[in-house]
Amino acid sequence: MRRRVVVAAIGVLALVGGAITYVAHARDGGAAENAVPVVTGQPMRFDGKTLFFRNLAEGPDAGKLAAVPVADPGAARRVGELRCDRFAAAHSTAICLRLKAGSLPAMTDLIVLDASLRERHRETLPGTPSRARVSPDGRFVNWTLFVTGDSYAATGFSTRTGLYEVDTGRLVKTIEELAVFVDGKRYFASDVNYWGITFAADGNRFYVTMASKGTTYLIEADYRAYRGTAIAENVECPSLSPDGRRIAFKQKVSNGVWRLAVLDLATRRITHPPDARPIDDQLVWQGNDTLLYPLRNSGNTLDLWSVGLTTPAKLLVPQATSPSFT
Amino acid sequence: MYLASVGPLRTPLRRVPGNVVALGIVSLVTDVSAEMVTAILPLYLVFGLGLNPLQFGLLDGLYAGATAVLRLVGGHVADRWRRLKTVAGVGYALSAISKVGFLAAGSTVPAIGAVLAIDRAGKGLRTAPRDALISLSSDPSTMGRSFGVHRALDTIGGFLGPLVASLVLWASLNDYNSVFVTSFALATCGVILLTAFVRDQSPPPTPTSRGLPMLSLLREGKFRRCCVWAAALGLFTITDSFVYLAVQRRWDISTSLFPLLPLGTAGTFLLLAIPLGRLGDRVGRWKVFLGGHLALIVALVIVCGPVGTWWLVLALHGAFYAATDGVLPAAVGPLLPENLRASGLAVLQTGQALARMAAAVTVGLLWTFWDLRPALLAFTLALLAVTIAAAIFRPLEVRR
Repeated sequence: MRRRVVVAAIGVLALVGGAITYVAHARDGGAAENAVPVVTGQPMRFDGKTLFFRNLAEGPDAGKLAAVPVADPGAARRVGELRCDRFAAAHSTAICLRLKAGSLPAMTDLIVLDASLRERHRETLPGTPSRARVSPDGRFVNWTLFVTGDSYAATGFSTRTGLYEVDTGRLVKTIEELAVFVDGKRYFASDVNYWGITFAADGNRFYVTMASKGTTYLIEADYRAYRGTAIAENVECPSLSPDGRRIAFKQKVSNGVWRLAVLDLATRRITHPPDARPIDDQLVWQGNDTLLYPLRNSGNTLDLWSVGLTTPAKLLVPQATSPSFT
Repeated sequence: MYLASVGPLRTPLRRVPGNVVALGIVSLVTDVSAEMVTAILPLYLVFGLGLNPLQFGLLDGLYAGATAVLRLVGGHVADRWRRLKTVAGVGYALSAISKVGFLAAGSTVPAIGAVLAIDRAGKGLRTAPRDALISLSSDPSTMGRSFGVHRALDTIGGFLGPLVASLVLWASLNDYNSVFVTSFALATCGVILLTAFVRDQSPPPTPTSRGLPMLSLLREGKFRRCCVWAAALGLFTITDSFVYLAVQRRWDISTSLFPLLPLGTAGTFLLLAIPLGRLGDRVGRWKVFLGGHLALIVALVIVCGPVGTWWLVLALHGAFYAATDGVLPAAVGPLLPENLRASGLAVLQTGQALARMAAAVTVGLLWTFWDLRPALLAFTLALLAVTIAAAIFRPLEVRR
C-alpha cells in the first residue's frame, strides 16, 4: 500500500509540475524577433495617407496595431503599444476591441480613441470581438460581439451588435430594439441576431444584417427614427461605399462558406469582383472601386488582399487583418 | 490520498466506504479537467482559431447519441469481462488523451470533431462501470448516501473547472494550449488515483448464457418498470438550458450574469446531494426521486407565474438534480444481480438520457411554434401527469 501511495504521489506531482512549467513557459514564450521589419517610436496618427491594420507577423509585436503609408504598403510596419483584436478608424475617431485575458465567460473591452490614438472612452461588454466600424463622420463607433450560452443549443452562438455616440456618450448595448419591417409588416421574433453595421456619410442612415429563422436580411435603417426595413436577403456584413452607391458584402455559398459580392443599391444588381476565394469578414472600401479583405493563408493566419470591382486581386499586406484608412 | 486505505472516515463522510470516496475524488479531478475545457471551448474555437460558429454548429449534438450507445457497450463489456475498474479506467484514459488531441488537431474542423468524439466516447464508456462500482462497494441500505457523496464530490469538480481555466488563462496570458495541457495533466492524475486507490469489485462469474444479458434483464418486471418510468419522466424533463433561458427572460437577468446561472443549480445540488441521498435511504428512494420531479415542476410553475424569485427557481432546480441524479441508480442498483450491475445501470441511464434528448428537441420545436412560456407550461403539465402516474403505479417499493 505504502509503495502504491508513493508511486501515485510522484506521478501526480510530476504531472502538476509539468503543467505549471508549461504555463510559465507559455507566459514568456513566443518568438523573440519579429518575422517582418518593424519600426517603433514613430508617431502613429491619422493623416489621410496611412493604412492601419492588426499586425499578425510572428514576434514580440504580433497582435499590435501597425501602420504603413497607403502609397507603400510593403514598407516597414510602424507599431506602438496599442494591442487590438479588432480595429477600425474613420474621420478622427477609432475603436479598438480587445478580449480581456482570463475572463470567463469572455468579456471584451471596447476602447474609443481619438486621432492620436489616445483613449477617450472605454466600455466592457460580454462576448468576443467580431466586427468593428466607425461611421464616416467619426460620430458613431459600432461593433459586433459573439456571445455564447444565449441560445438553447449549448454551443449555439448569438451575435450582439451595439453602438456608441462619441459626442453625447450615449451607449446602445444592442440594437435588438430596432423597429424592423419585413414585407411591410413589423417583424417580431425571439431569435433575432444582428451583425455588421455600416453607416452612410450623413451619420444617420445605416445598414446591418439581421438573421432570424434561418434567413438573413439586409436592413436599411434610420438612426434618428430608429426603424429599419428589410431591402434584400442573403446580404451579410454590409459595407457601404464612400459614395453611398454600392454595398460590398459576403454572400453565403454554403454553410460556413461565403464569397465576395457587391450590390448596386439603385439597380439592385449583384456583381462579383474577380476573387472567388472564401472570405469571412466585413469588407473595407478604398475609394469607390477597390475592396480590402483578409484571407486565410497556408500558415493559418491572415493576409490582407485588395481587389478592384473588375480588376484582379493582389496581395496588399501579408500577415495582417482589420484594415482601416485614415 | 489515503482515503481508500484508512477505512471508515470521520464526519461528514462517516461510514461511507473508502472506495466510494476514492471514486468521488477521481470524478472530482476528472470533472475539473473536463469543465475547464468546456468553459473555454467556444472561446478557443471562435476566437483562438478564428472559426466561424457555423462551421462547428454541427459538431456538437451528434455525439450525445453515440455516448448513449457507448454507455451500453461499457456496461456490457465490464460485466462480461468482470473488470469494472479496467473499463472505467479506459474511459477515463480516453478522455485524458483527447485533451492533448486539441494541440494536435489545430484548426482542422474534422480533427476537432474527432477529438471531441474521443472525449465523449471515454465519458460514455466509464459511466456505467463507475456507478456499478459505487453500487457494489456500498451497503444496500445506505446506497443513497454513497451516491450522494459521489455526486457531491463530482459537482465540486464542476465548480472548480472554470475557475482553474480562468486562472490558467490569466497566468499564461490567454494561451489556450496551456489550458489543454493542464486539463490533460489533471485528467491523467484522475487515472493514476483510480489505478492506485480504487479497488475493483469482482462480482461472481456470469452464468454462461448466450445472447445479450441486457435483454434478459429487461424481462425482470421490477427493473423493466423502473426503466420505463424513468424514461417516461425523462420525456417531459425540460433541459437545463431552457430553464436558464426562461429564468433569464422572466427576471430580465443581465447577459453577463447569464452564464453564472448554472452555478446556482450546482450549488444546491452540491449541498443537497448527500442529505437527499440519506433521506432516500430512510423513506424510500423512489419517493425522493419523484419528489425531485415535483421540485422541478414547482420551479417551472414559478418561472411561468407572477410570484417568486430567480434564486428560488435555481435552488429547486438543484434540488431536482440532488433528488434524482444519484438517487435513481441507488434505487435500482439493489434490484440488479451483482454480475449484471453495470449492464443494468447502463440500460436504465441510457433510456433516461435518450428520453431527455427527445425532450430537448420537442421543447425546441414547441418554443419555435408557440414561444417559450406556453411550451414550458405544456411540458410542466405533462411532467406533473407522469409524476402522479408514477406515484400511483409505484414500480418498486423500497422497504426502508
